[in-house]
Amino acid sequence: MNQYETVFILNPVLSDDQVKETVKKFENFLTERGAEMVASEDWGLKKLAYAIDNKKSGFYHLFQFTVPGEVINDYEVEFRRDERVMRYLTVRLDKYAIEWAEKRRSRMSKKSQA
Amino acid sequence: MATLQQQAKGKKDGDIRYLSPLKIETQERKKYCRFQRSGIKYIDYKDPDFLMGLVNEQGKILPRRLTGTSLKYQRKAAVAIKRCRHIALMPFEGDLLK
Repeated sequence: MNQYETVFILNPVLSDDQVKETVKKFENFLTERGAEMVASEDWGLKKLAYAIDNKKSGFYHLFQFTVPGEVINDYEVEFRRDERVMRYLTVRLDKYAIEWAEKRRSRMSKKSQA
Repeated sequence: MATLQQQAKGKKDGDIRYLSPLKIETQERKKYCRFQRSGIKYIDYKDPDFLMGLVNEQGKILPRRLTGTSLKYQRKAAVAIKRCRHIALMPFEGDLLK
């Protein structure tokens, strides 16, 4: 059971419920295969640093989850197949990264409360 | 005329005395690895503002001889910057700070 983190960008032309539905789809895809979602963040509409298929902005989402390793391959195929997703990046977290993610989340929650 | 060798050896017997090259000490600050000193263990690829500090105006990664970071953290930083560029939080090139 390794810990992974995925950041993916959704097409900005999607309506809000399409965005939610896509995120739900990937989340269910993971939980069906025995993943345990540690965190899922929605960064909303952000401007891209450069145009991706001539889109200037995109909906950013972050998943952090623990899953057995072999699930990741078809998880990525799922991303590749879905055209609503413009870009995705899955990263395996080592112990420093996990500790950093906790620290970052506590800082974010503190900031949101303040 | 003092021959060049004599001048090189710094003998001053020739009539033309060349000043010995004055030593301009460019005050050589000891460069240190900012990650080891501040105890950062993981360079996060998701916050571009921190990574902008490791990149020059064109968006290129600064070499170790300028920043003085250790090899281990330079590699981690390079990987983080490339990932950050992939998810479009940082530009590949472009006049960043101008």
